[in-house]
Amino acid sequence: MEYLIRFVAGGIVVSVFAVLGDVLRPKSFAGLFGAAPSIALATLSLALWKEGADYVSIEGRSMIVGALALALYSLVVCQLLMRLRWSALAATTNAGLVWLAVVLVSKQLLIG
Amino acid sequence: MLVRAKWSALKQSRWYEYVLRFVLGGLATTLAGVVAQVFGPETGGLFLAFPAVFCASATLIEKHERERKRKLGLSGYRRGTEAAALDAVGAGLGSIGLAVFGFGVWLLAPALTFGTLAVGALAWIVVSILLWRLRRDTRTVRSRSERRS
Repeated sequence: MEYLIRFVAGGIVVSVFAVLGDVLRPKSFAGLFGAAPSIALATLSLALWKEGADYVSIEGRSMIVGALALALYSLVVCQLLMRLRWSALAATTNAGLVWLAVVLVSKQLLIG
Repeated sequence: MLVRAKWSALKQSRWYEYVLRFVLGGLATTLAGVVAQVFGPETGGLFLAFPAVFCASATLIEKHERERKRKLGLSGYRRGTEAAALDAVGAGLGSIGLAVFGFGVWLLAPALTFGTLAVGALAWIVVSILLWRLRRDTRTVRSRSERRS
């Protein structure tokens, strides 16, 4: 049941930010919503309710690393699209490996 | 260049594209919860910035731009790629705002509990918009000086 609530809450919050990203112009501004705290808002609300504030604080600290990796990921995607002319699907999925590598290495180095 | 809402853009999306983003958002949120339960909040927190939803958005933006240009008799390949790249630029700036959101949650959660999320979301949008404006103004000044020289 908890996973179902998580799934529905995440789906709704992500959809709201996605619609905002669809309708707003210029495109570079709409792109801000591609990094909206949608997953974070749904997850942290449930974690605050179930696990408490200290648990959420730890997740927030790790989230800084994940978000900075997302900034690097976006830069890599942009370069793959503009310089190598990859398709958006190929660029975003392959750059996902960069995001994963950066978060795992950074976590080991900074958080332990 | 003013920020505006183009409501007709909603008509470009098909119903299954909304379902796809709902499902991806739900799965990414569930994944973040599962990782936190199995490996602890230190690892789970990393997945709060997982780029699954951006992947779908960029692909759909590229597809919509190509379709729009094809209706005008053009290939639209280049335009689609450039639109997706612009979306990535915006996401990069938004990611810095997302890091500020995480920083706020880290510091304020024990004191503000649920209020933290509102403060964090406000910090995200303010920082993201400021960075977007800074980038836009820098580019405007650069292009003006290039025209003069």
